[in-house]
Amino acid sequence: MATHDSAVRPQPLIRLRADRRRWGEDVIKVVLGLCALVSVATTVGIVVALLQPSIEFFRAVSIVDFFSGTTWAPLFTPSSFGVLPLIVGTLSVTAWACLVCMPFGLGAAIYLSEYARPRVRAILKPALELLAGIPTVVFGFFALTFFTPLLRDIGIEVGTFNVLSAGLVMGVMLIPTVASISEDAMVAVPQDLRDGAYGLGASRLQVSTRIVVPAAVSGIVASFVLAISRAIGETMIVLIAAGTLPQLTLDPRETSETMTAFIAATGIGDVATGSIEYKTIFAVGLTLFCFTLVMNVFAIRLVRKYREIYE
Amino acid sequence: MSANAGLGGAVLGSRSRGERVRGGAFRALLLFSITIGFVLLGTLLFDVLRKGLPYVDGILLTEPPSASPDRAGARPAILGTIYLMGLLLLMTVPLGVGTAIYLEEYANRERWYNRVLEVNIQNLSAVPSIVYGILGLAFLVRGLGLGRVLLAGAMILTLLVLPTVIVAGREAIRAVPDSIRQGAYALGATKWQVVWRQVLPAAIPGIATGSILALARAVGETAPLLLVGALTYVATDPSILGSFTALPVQIFQWIARPQDEFRLLAAGAIIVLLAILLVMNSFAIWLRYRYQKRW
Repeated sequence: MATHDSAVRPQPLIRLRADRRRWGEDVIKVVLGLCALVSVATTVGIVVALLQPSIEFFRAVSIVDFFSGTTWAPLFTPSSFGVLPLIVGTLSVTAWACLVCMPFGLGAAIYLSEYARPRVRAILKPALELLAGIPTVVFGFFALTFFTPLLRDIGIEVGTFNVLSAGLVMGVMLIPTVASISEDAMVAVPQDLRDGAYGLGASRLQVSTRIVVPAAVSGIVASFVLAISRAIGETMIVLIAAGTLPQLTLDPRETSETMTAFIAATGIGDVATGSIEYKTIFAVGLTLFCFTLVMNVFAIRLVRKYREIYE
Repeated sequence: MSANAGLGGAVLGSRSRGERVRGGAFRALLLFSITIGFVLLGTLLFDVLRKGLPYVDGILLTEPPSASPDRAGARPAILGTIYLMGLLLLMTVPLGVGTAIYLEEYANRERWYNRVLEVNIQNLSAVPSIVYGILGLAFLVRGLGLGRVLLAGAMILTLLVLPTVIVAGREAIRAVPDSIRQGAYALGATKWQVVWRQVLPAAIPGIATGSILALARAVGETAPLLLVGALTYVATDPSILGSFTALPVQIFQWIARPQDEFRLLAAGAIIVLLAILLVMNSFAIWLRYRYQKRW
C-alpha cells in the first residue's frame, strides 16, 4: 500500500497516508518477527547441539571405525564404537514397519477416496486418526505385553524383546500417516480423469489402480517417505519392545538396539558431561538427524519430479 | 439390456466373471486394509482396560510412587503432566500464533528470509522427537545449567509442538476472507487493528482446536522428557524449577520393571493418560463444531 508513488498520480483530495509514523505498529511487527525467529533458533540450536560434541567425539574415535565397525560397546572396556549394529537395528525395524504401513495405508487411502460413500468416509477418516493420537509409549506397552506373547502363541519363536513385534506394531501405528497423505493426493485427482476412464468402460478396480494411483503417485511416495522417516525416528516402541542390546543381526525374532533406543537408554543414565559416553549420544543423534534429513530432502525431490499439474 | 447385445460385444453394466471376481477381491483387500487399524486399536484398548482397570483407584491417583505395587501411585506424574500442560499453553500459543500472524499477515513472500522461515518450519516438523531431547540435554539441562527441571521439559515440548501450532494457526488465519480485512482497512483501521480486532477473533476457533490437538500430542510424548531427566524417583509434588516426572514417563518406568504387578499398574496409568487425551480431543472437536464458521 505504501509503495504507490504519489508523485506519479494526481494528489487525492483526502490524504490517505497517516500524518505520523505509527511506532506501535512497527514494534508489533518486530515482536511477531521475533516469535518467528524462535523456530529458526531451534534449527540452529539443534545443529549446534549435535555438531559440537560430535566433532569432539570424532577426534577421539575415527569416523571410519564409527561407520564400519561392527561392534557397538561404548560402555565396555575395551570400548568399541562401530555404529553399524545400531543402523542395521534401525533399518530392520523400519523395514518391518513399512511392510505393514505401506500396503495397508495405501489400501485404506484407496478405499476412503474411491470406494467409501461420503458419509462413511466422514466417519472412517477421523476414526483412523485416533490411531495416530495414541501415545507411542502405549504402543510400546502393547507390543511388549500383548503382541510378543501373541506371536509366540502362533508359533513364532521370538525373544522377550524382538524387532518383529516392535516393527509390526509401529507399522499399524503409521497406517494413518500413509493413508491420510495418500488420500489427500487421490482426492485432488480431477474427477474428469475418472469419468473419462469410466466412459471407456473401465471398472472401479481399473480406475483406482491405473488412473488414480498413478496420478497421485507424488503424494503417495511422499507419504511413504514420511512414514519411513517417522519409523527411523520413533523411540518409545523400540526402546520398550525391541530392547537395548546392540546386535548386528537381521533376524527379526532377536532383540536389537536402534539409534533412538540407544540415545534414550544412555540419556536416562547419569553419564558425566564431557565423557566419551556422553558424546556418543550426540554422534548417534547426528547420524539419526542426517538420516531423517536425507529422507526429507528425498521426499521433496520426488514430489517435484513426479508432480503432475492439474487445472 | 439384451436388446443391445446384438449391437456390439460390450454390454453396459455387464462384466466378465473374472473381472467381477477381481473387483470383489480388490474391494475385500481394501476393506481389510482399513479394518486392520481398527482391529489393533480395539484390541489395544481392550487389553489395556482388562489389565489396568482394577488398578485405577484412589491410590493410583493420589499416592506417590512406591517400591511396592499395591501402594504405588502416580500423583507426582499426573501433577507433572498438568503443570507441563499449563506451561506449554503459556508458551506455545503466543509463540505459535505470533509466528502464524507474521507469516500470513506481515511477511513478504518475495523475501528470501521469509521463504527460509517457511521451509525451516516444514523441516522442523520432520525432526524426530528424541533429537529435541538432545537439544534440551545440551542447552537447557547442561549448557544453561537449568538442571533436570520441569521448566526444561516444558520448553523442549514447546519447541517440539510449535510447528504444529504454527501450521494450525496459519490455516485458521488464511480461512478468514479478505473482504473482512478490506472492510476494516476502508474504515481506517491500521494493520494491527485489523489483525487484532477482525482477523484473530474470527480465527480463534481454528487456532484453539489446533493448539489443543498439539497440546494433546505433547502430553503423550515420552522420549524427549527422558533426556531432560524426567525419569527420576519423585515422591513430592512437582514445582517449576524442581525435578519432575510426567505420566508417560511414569508409565515407561513401570513397564521397565520386571515385576508383572508394575506392568499392570502401567496399564492403569495408561488408562488415566488416555482419558486425559480423550477429554482434550473431544473438547477440540466440540470447539470445532460449535464455532465453525462458513464464510
